This record gives sequence, C-alpha cells and structure tokens, in this order.
Amino acid sequence: MIRIIAFLGGLGFVAALLVGALMPREAVEEAVTEKFFKEHKHVSFTTDGPLGKFDHAQLQRGFQVYKEVCSACHSLRLVSFGDLTGIGYTPGQVKTIATEWTQEQPSINPDTGEAATRKNLASDKFPSPFANDVAARAANNNAVPPDLSLMAKAREGGAAYIYSLLTGFQEPPADLPKDSRPGPGLHYNPYFPNLNLSMAPPLVNDGQITYGEGAPKPTVDQMAKDVSAFLIWTAEPKLEARHRAGIATIIFLLIFAGLCWGSYQAIWANKEH
Amino acid sequence: MSFPWAKHYEPTHPFMQWMDQKLPLPRLVYNAIGAGYPVPRNLNYFWNFGVLAGAALVIQIVTGIVLAMHYAANGAVAFDSVEHIMRDVNSGWFLRYAHANGATMFFIVVYLHIFRGLYFGSYKAPREMVWLLGVVIFLLMMATAFMGYVLPWGQMSFWGAQVITGFFSAIPVVGEPIRQWLLGGFAPDNAALNRFFSLHYLLPFVIAAVIILHIWALHIPGSSNPTGVEVKDEQDTVPFHPYYTAKDGFGLAIFLIVFAVLLFFAPNMLAEPVNYVPANPLSTPAHIVPEWYFWPFYAILRAFTVDFLWVPAKLWGVIAMFSSILLLFILPWLDNSPVRSTTYRPLYKWFFWLLMFDIVILGICGMKPAAEPWVRMGQIASAYYFAHFLIILPIVSRIERPLPLPNSITEAVLAKHKAA
Repeated sequence: MIRIIAFLGGLGFVAALLVGALMPREAVEEAVTEKFFKEHKHVSFTTDGPLGKFDHAQLQRGFQVYKEVCSACHSLRLVSFGDLTGIGYTPGQVKTIATEWTQEQPSINPDTGEAATRKNLASDKFPSPFANDVAARAANNNAVPPDLSLMAKAREGGAAYIYSLLTGFQEPPADLPKDSRPGPGLHYNPYFPNLNLSMAPPLVNDGQITYGEGAPKPTVDQMAKDVSAFLIWTAEPKLEARHRAGIATIIFLLIFAGLCWGSYQAIWANKEH
Repeated sequence: MSFPWAKHYEPTHPFMQWMDQKLPLPRLVYNAIGAGYPVPRNLNYFWNFGVLAGAALVIQIVTGIVLAMHYAANGAVAFDSVEHIMRDVNSGWFLRYAHANGATMFFIVVYLHIFRGLYFGSYKAPREMVWLLGVVIFLLMMATAFMGYVLPWGQMSFWGAQVITGFFSAIPVVGEPIRQWLLGGFAPDNAALNRFFSLHYLLPFVIAAVIILHIWALHIPGSSNPTGVEVKDEQDTVPFHPYYTAKDGFGLAIFLIVFAVLLFFAPNMLAEPVNYVPANPLSTPAHIVPEWYFWPFYAILRAFTVDFLWVPAKLWGVIAMFSSILLLFILPWLDNSPVRSTTYRPLYKWFFWLLMFDIVILGICGMKPAAEPWVRMGQIASAYYFAHFLIILPIVSRIERPLPLPNSITEAVLAKHKAA
C-alpha cells in the first residue's frame, strides 16, 4: 500500500517537473549591466593567506585617506577612535586625533538641554558626517553614502572590490546603450554592479594627499590600496589575532591527532578489522 | 537489549558500589558507550560521524550559550550586538566564527552520517526506529539552523526569513493568515526575531533529547556494519571501549583540524557578503540564496515552474521540498531488499551513485540564480530525486539479484586480510 501511494506521488512530481522542463523558454537577452560589468581586479594585501598580518604603516596611510577624503561623506560607525591603537597609534596620538576630528559628536547643552555637539573622546565611535539619512540623501544626489565599517566583508570581492571601484572610474565605452549611460550626477564605473554610481571619483590626482616621510608616493593606485587595506582592518580588527590563534591551534591539534592515531593503532594492534 | 557476551559492570571501589546502588549512572554509561556495548569489529571510518555529530552539537550549544550572553534579540540592535561580539567581547570573534562555521561542520558530518546510513542500508529492519528518529533530528537541525541564520539580522537573514516563511502562504486559503501568525506581523520584524531567538535556544535541547532516543533505539539491535551481515557470535564484536573510543578520538582530532582551518583561516568563505549589510526591508538583495546546506532543497523548491493538475507551481514547489525530506520516513518500506550494504547490490549501486551525483547537481542549481540552464537542470535533477526514491528503488529491490554475502563478519574480515 505504502509503495503504491509513493509510486503515484512520485509519478505526480516527475510529471510536473518534466512538463516544466519541456516548456519552451523565452529567449533572455544578456542584461547590459552583466555585459559591461567587470570582475574585480587582482590585488594583494599583507593580510592575505594564513600568515597574513597588518602593515601598520599602510593602515595609518589608509586611515589618512579615510580622514582626508572618505570621511567627508562616509561614516565608520562601528569603529571607535580608541580602536586606532590597534594600528599603531599611541593613546596620546589617538586623543589628539579624536579632539581634532572636524565632525563633532552630537550631544546636549548641559544647561538648556538643547541639541549641541561636543569634541570627540577616544571612547567615541567615529561620528557620522550627516545628521541622518535624509540629510545624507539631500547632499548626495539622493544616494546615501554607505557606512564603511564592514565594507571589506559586505561586498563580493571584499577589499579587492573596493580597490577596483576606487581606481575603476572611466569614460563609458562607445558601445554602451543610451539607457545605460550615466545620467546627471552619476559616474560610470564597470566594477560597480549597476555600472553607474552617485559617488564622484574620490581619488583623482597623484599627490592629492601628502604622505609622511618614508612613505611610498601617494599615487591614486597607492592611495586606493592603502584605504582598502585600512577597511580590511575596520571590518576585521581581530584578523591578526585570529591567524596567530589558528596556527597555534592547528599545531596543537596535529600533535593531538598523532597521539590519537598512536593509541588507535596500539589498541587495535592484535585485532584484524 | 545486548548480546549475551557483553561485559558486565562490576564496580570494585566501595564508592562506585554505593553509587551503583543509589544511581546507576556509571552503569548506564558503561553499557551505552563503554566496555559493556559490543560493536562489530569491522566498522570503517564512516561509523565515526555519529559521534562527530554529537561533538558538533555540544560545540554549538556551548558557543551558543556564551554568545547569547552578549547578543540582543531586538531588530534595532541585533546587527550591532553581533558586531559588538566581534569587536569588543573577549574572544568574541572566536565564539561567533566557531558557532557560524560550527553549523557548517555539523551539517557536513550529519550529511556523511546520512550517506553512511543510505549506502550501508542502516535504515533497514531491525533499525527502522533509529532511522526515523534520525530524520526527526535532521528536520529539527534544519529549523534550528534557519532560525539561527536570521539572528544576525543582516540582509540575507531578513530576506531568507521572508522567503522561508513565504512557503506557508502557498497553502490555499489559510496560508497567508498562518504566515502572519507565525511571524507575528506582515513581514519579519521584531516579533519574528524574538520568537526565532527563543526557539533557536530551545530546539538544540530538543535535538539532544531525540539523540538520546536515537542512541537508545540503536542499542536494542546494536550497530550495523559495512557488510550488512548481522553479528553472530562473540568474535564478530569488540567492546566499544577502548576499541571505538580510541578510533573516535582519532576521528575527532581530524574533525577538529578541518574545523580549525575553516574557523581561523576562511571564516567567511561560506557566508554571503550581503549579510554584513544590516537588514533593510526596503532593499531586496539581487540574489537571495540560503546557506550551502539548504541548496539542494532550494533547487527542488524552485524547480516547479508550471501550474500542473490545477495546483499552482508555488504550492507544488513547497510540497515537493517538504516531501523530499519526509519521504525519508518511508524509506525503510520503499526498499525491501533484504541485503543492506550497497556493496552487494550490483544493480542498485548504479542508481545509488547516480543519486549522489544528482544531489550535487541539485546543490549547484540551488546556489545559482534562477536562470537557464540552471532551472531546467534543476527540474531534471529534481525529477530523478523523486523517481529514485519513489519509483526506482521499490522496483530495483524487487528484481535485483544480490551478490553472495559473507557468512559472518569475522569471515569477511579474515578474507580481506588474506587478500591484502
């Protein structure tokens, strides 16, 4: 009985599926965005691989790029000033960075209770450049600049995607259909899934930022790489600790596995199996 | 309950004798996973995965309880509380990555455990109840994993919850009210997040309880073995301890190494990047896809594209997806070949490996966007999945002439050693 019911049910499923499979398909044209979209460029970072580490000098340069360029529009709401000690700044330097940060923290006037702002403390998270999303839209051609804290993990391709986007602005190709050409206030970038984005090219000139002594030349490419590396750190500040713990754990487990193998062999030595 | 030659628990220490009279818990352990449980001597490495699944559950419960101390199940702060765990909680990154990748490891070992059951016919008499309870555990695991994935309240959490609870709206007439009742609203929101958290904390303990029944039911007939021949006498078995505790120890070490590589060096490899974007009901991700362990079932869900026999395509998909797992409940009666191990089934073997290939294809189709050629491929693969279990298997088990079985486990072991 159970087999008869199963057989009939099986026939039903198979018939419904095969009818669906035999249905002719409408020809689907390749979407313009898919045709012109480019896979992110290949770029290496010091954090790559199981032994990857942070390069503090590079992260500090990347932080400088964030501070002088990106922070005008993009928040970093999950990161605090105090976290910067993780990329080699001393607590004293962090304090200076916090107090000198242009954007202040929203606060209240202690006497009147009215909305006010105060200087940043090391324990504060980075303040958002806009009071709210409406203000952000109003200032940015109706697009909200996304928060950058997790950007290096929140996009396909991660930091390589960020680097590609920053260095990927270009003139639209001649064969790009009219509908897909950038409208007013939009900029063509084939690394962006929609092809056109509201963000204007943020890094345009070599030497746009003055790096400190002994740093590489601040070319657009170098700045893009540095800020991408910085965003790997903001997204995964514990990466280095994780890699170190991983190596130690695996060495421990290999020894453990060796001992387990030995006792397994010893116990089964006289037992064919 | 056990073989007559099973060793008996005889405590020597006065305290243990006292304990044995008051609460014979050591005796229970001794008979369950100690020297008092005789096990076939020929078990291969596929018999490690039950213990490993148990270990994976323990890891999930321990990491999960600590995570719950820091997590806040509220739509306004859930996402940020997970980031708080990642950044500010001591070793929080370790706990969260261990829990997220622990789910992956749990499913890997459970899928291998199910594979073992299917290939070696462990679901057949007299072990049907062990199998049925196993399917219950699998269903509970799927529900738990789904609800756990919603908790970080990222984009894929939210839209995954939207799609999965949308299944219920396929039920005619009462579907939409049921969906709203389950969610506590018109769309996933704080009410849904809270109840998912509550159930996500509850279900692992239900799983633990069903595992106890699963092991209890196993101990009535005793473990199966790769030949599928039942135990005949004492020389066919070895005591579980120390023989299989030692072998499981080695298996556990290998499991932990694989787990550690994933956790420490590629913790986001199997995660969707878009889940690092906070949930936003106003912005649908370009491509909604479940976690890898649901891909084959997601492919079956999406394979139904035409209304057939007056039943809408969506309802077909939902019924088929649930049926694809529920049919495992009747598997012991669909396959009535007396031979357990596929090794001795020359005809069934072909269909079995075709099914394994088919499930891999289904997984790929579930991962890909709903476009050609994946939809058609998914339809054909789904058709074979159902045909295999519901049509082919009962026929094959009737017409097949199995190969000669060894007379006993010991004979099979000794023959193998002579050959080697």
